[in-house]
Amino acid sequence: MVKINGEDVAAQGRTLADYLVQEGYALTRIAVECNGQIVPKAEYAAKVLADGDVLEVVSFVGGG
Amino acid sequence: MEEMRGKAQPAKEEISAGKDFPTEADFRQALELRHTKPVQEKISAARVAICGLGGLGSNIAIALARCGIGGLHLIDFDRVDLSNLNRQQYGIAQLGQPKPEALTEVLRAVNPWLPVRTDFARLTEENVLAYLQGEPYICEAFDSPEAKAMLTNAVLTHCPEKYLVGASGMAGLGESNRIQTRRILPHYYLCGDGVSGTETCGSLVAPRVMLCAAHQANKILEIIVKGE
Repeated sequence: MVKINGEDVAAQGRTLADYLVQEGYALTRIAVECNGQIVPKAEYAAKVLADGDVLEVVSFVGGG
Repeated sequence: MEEMRGKAQPAKEEISAGKDFPTEADFRQALELRHTKPVQEKISAARVAICGLGGLGSNIAIALARCGIGGLHLIDFDRVDLSNLNRQQYGIAQLGQPKPEALTEVLRAVNPWLPVRTDFARLTEENVLAYLQGEPYICEAFDSPEAKAMLTNAVLTHCPEKYLVGASGMAGLGESNRIQTRRILPHYYLCGDGVSGTETCGSLVAPRVMLCAAHQANKILEIIVKGE
């Protein structure tokens, strides 16, 4: 299992890009941290999610 | 990019009234009495970059200026518009002025000695790191979610040693206590309720935006004074 934004998700083995796109995230409006480190955008496609990973997807909304 | 150092001038009314205009040392002493000397030394030694000078950035800047921050780096590409006055700290006489310049005037009315660097510029993936070079403390106070994501990814990916305090979710009315400060990474904090965007919750309204701006200014000060 992978913990994503506090929820257990069976996403191990999938790439981060695949997960984000399938979940409907707009890739231009997010930042992703995995196990306490930012995941550079250029690595989304190659980053394979592993059992036990803890992710936070920060999804920005408009206003400031 | 302009580097401006405050030139304190007594206001005309002050002169005609024969009052003594305080010196920079008087101003500093008043802050030390309020904040204590060790705390003020840290605040006065720090400089903060504020990216976006709208409802968040203008309020963050005023809070930090009142605290006697050592310097501000104000960055925005926009000019003051009538539609901004519902929540942004500009005056009606400033319509049309570049926001960095207009905000500097507002801040100087509080603290004439505040060192301010202004950039009337749009930050992009290509130039953001150059503009933020040498800035250890950064407030992300943009309006657009794409700009927020761009700056956040750039700073966290390339400059993880910098402290970044951003914001997301402060549109609409009420629900004050849903505005929070969360630590996402050791050097990255995010303020707001995370969900109330202008896309879904309508307009930005002064008090709720100010709440979020206060969270950001409060966290930056805490980092400066306590180290995290």
